[in-house]
Amino acid sequence: MEPLRALEEAYNKFSHDPSFKKELTGWLDSFAGRPTPLYFAANLTRHVGGARIYLKREDLLHGGAHKINNTLGQALLARKMGKRRIIAETGAGQHGVATAMACAALGLLAEVYMGIEDMDRQKLNVYRMKMLGAKVHPVESGSKTLKDAINEALRDWVTNVQNTYYLLGSVVGPHPYPTIVRDFQSVIGKEARKQILRIDRKLPKAVVACVGGGSNSIGIFHSFLHDLDVDLYGAEAGGEGLSPGQNAAPLVAGREGVLHGMMTYVLQDEVGQVQMTRSISAGLDYPGVGPEHAFLMNAGRAKYVTVSDEEALDAFKTLSQLEGIMPALESAHAISYAMKLAKSLRTKDSIIVNLSGRGDKDVEIIAKHIPQ
Amino acid sequence: MPSTSHNEDRIEAKFLELHSRGEGALIAYLTGGDPDPKAFLANSTALIEGGADIVEVGIPFSDPIADGPVIQASSMRALSQGTTPTGVLDLIGELSSQFPVPFVVLSYYNPILAMGLDHFLRKACESGVDGIVVPDLPVEEGDEFRNLALKHNIDNIYLVAPNTSNTRLRTVLDKSKGFLYLVSLYGVTGPRDSLSPQALETVKKVKSLARGKVPVSAGFGVSQPEHVSAIIRSGADGAIVGSALVNIVSQHLESPNEAPDHLKSSVAKLKASTRKS
Repeated sequence: MEPLRALEEAYNKFSHDPSFKKELTGWLDSFAGRPTPLYFAANLTRHVGGARIYLKREDLLHGGAHKINNTLGQALLARKMGKRRIIAETGAGQHGVATAMACAALGLLAEVYMGIEDMDRQKLNVYRMKMLGAKVHPVESGSKTLKDAINEALRDWVTNVQNTYYLLGSVVGPHPYPTIVRDFQSVIGKEARKQILRIDRKLPKAVVACVGGGSNSIGIFHSFLHDLDVDLYGAEAGGEGLSPGQNAAPLVAGREGVLHGMMTYVLQDEVGQVQMTRSISAGLDYPGVGPEHAFLMNAGRAKYVTVSDEEALDAFKTLSQLEGIMPALESAHAISYAMKLAKSLRTKDSIIVNLSGRGDKDVEIIAKHIPQ
Repeated sequence: MPSTSHNEDRIEAKFLELHSRGEGALIAYLTGGDPDPKAFLANSTALIEGGADIVEVGIPFSDPIADGPVIQASSMRALSQGTTPTGVLDLIGELSSQFPVPFVVLSYYNPILAMGLDHFLRKACESGVDGIVVPDLPVEEGDEFRNLALKHNIDNIYLVAPNTSNTRLRTVLDKSKGFLYLVSLYGVTGPRDSLSPQALETVKKVKSLARGKVPVSAGFGVSQPEHVSAIIRSGADGAIVGSALVNIVSQHLESPNEAPDHLKSSVAKLKASTRKS
C-alpha cells in the first residue's frame, strides 16, 4: 500500500503542476507526434452506406499505437519521483515498445514482462523492445499471457519497490493506476471532440473503441461522458464464442470479482478461479477490464459488445483495402462494430472510431488466417 | 470438541501458552489439496506431529500475486486436482476434528467473493478455522469482511511490510486479532539462503508499536532453523515457514509416501529453534 500511496501523492502533485504539463505536452507533440488527425473514411463510409465514419488516427503516433501517451506521462512522473528503473507488462508488445521508447528518450532503464505465448505471437515487438534497449523477461507462469505478465511485474515491484517504478499500461490494477492512465490517455478524446466540432459542426452520434484493459477506449470516451446524446460503444474480444475460455470479454461474459487489486468484471469459473482467455488479438487477451468501464456499463452510460476473431479479420481486410490503412487487430474489433453500427444510422450522423494502433505487428498472424 | 473451541480465541490462547513456556510459535504452511487431498492430509498431520503450533493452509488461486515460484507451483498442482475453496475447508475440518491446534486459512479475495463473504466465513468457522489472511485485501478496504469474520469468531490477520508507515501500522494493529503477519522482506514468498537485513529491524519496530496488544509473527523468506531462532530472539512471537515446507512436498511428487517423514523432521528442527533457552 505504501508505494501506491506515494504514487498517488506524487501524481496529485505533478498533474497539477503547469511545468509538468508543459513538459509532457512538449514530448507528446514533438516526440510522439500529437495531435493525431481525425480522418474521414470516405470509402469505408460509402461501402457501408450509413453514418459517416471518422477515424481517430492514434495509429500514426510514434510506436504505432496510443500507448505512448501514457508511457511518456508515467515515465516523466517516475523521473520526477527519482526512480530510474522502470518495469512494465505487455500483451501485444505495444505498451512494452512504448515504454522502451519513452525510457530511452528520458534516460531511464526499462524492463518488460511478457508472456511467452505473446512473445511468440508478437515477435516483431520483442525485437523492437530489445533494440530500444529494454530487457524483456519471458513469463512462463499461468496462461503465459498479459494477466501473468502483470502478476510477474507486481512481484518484481514488491521486491524492488525502493528503486523501481511500475509503469502499468492500461486502466487496470490498484488505485491510482486506472485514474493516472485514464488521465494520460484522455488527450485522445479531448482532441477528437474539438476536431469533430470543427469538421462537422456537431457532436457525433457515437464513439466506438476496442476494450481489452480499456485504456484507448476510456481515453476517447472521457471527453464525451457528459455529452449524453453521444452513444459510447466498447468492443470486447469475442474470440471464438461466448462459452468459457473462448473469448476475452469480461464485461459481456464475466461477473464481478477482484483481480490485480481492482474490483471489476472478471472472467472466472464458479469458484472464483480466473479463466483462460482467447482472442486473436494479444492486446485484448485479458480476463479483467478497467473498473471505470464496469462503472460506465452499470450506470448505463456505455454499451459493451463483442466482435469475434473472424469479424475482426474481415474488418482488417476491409479497412486495408478500402482506405489503405492497416489497423491493429485490436482496433479492427472497433472498426468491425462501427461498420455494423453505421449501417443502422442515418447518413447525416457521424461515428468516431478510435483507431488505436496500426497493424504492422499483426501481419504474420493475419497472413496465417487470410489466404493470399 | 473443536466446534465449541471457537469461543476460546484459540490463537490468542496458543500464544499465551507458548509465552508462559518461553517459546515462540512455529506457524507451518501448506497449500490445501496439494498434491492431492489424501497426501495433503498426511502431510498436514506430519506438521502437527512435528510440533507445529499453528497450521496455516492456503486456498489455491489461479493468480497468487504475493507468492513466489514454489507456492505458485503448489497452487497449480492443487488446482489441477480440482481443488475448490469448499474442498480445502472440508480438509481443514477433517484435521481440526482430530487435532487441537489452531488453523489459519490464507486465501486471495476473489475465491471468497465468489462463494459469498458470509457463506465462506460460516463454512470456515464450521470447519474449525480460527484465523484468516487475505493478502490482496488491504485493511483500508476490509471492514465489511472484517466485521463478518468477527461475527463468525474468525481472527483477521493482516500483513504489514518493512515500508509500512507507523500511521498505517497503528491502524492495522487496532484491527488485528490473533496475530500480525509481518512480511520480513521486500518481495514475494519463497525460501532464501539468509534472512533479509531489514527483517530483524522490522520485527523490533513493529513489536515496539504493538506493545503486547497482538502477537507479531514474521514470514516470507523464513525457511531455516537459524532464521526462526533469529526472528524469535529479536522479539517476534512467532515465525511462519511456508515455501521451505511446500518444497519438501514438491520434491516428493514421485514418492508422496515419503514426504510426511521429511516434513515431520523439518518441522521438529524448526520448532526446536523457537525455544529461547
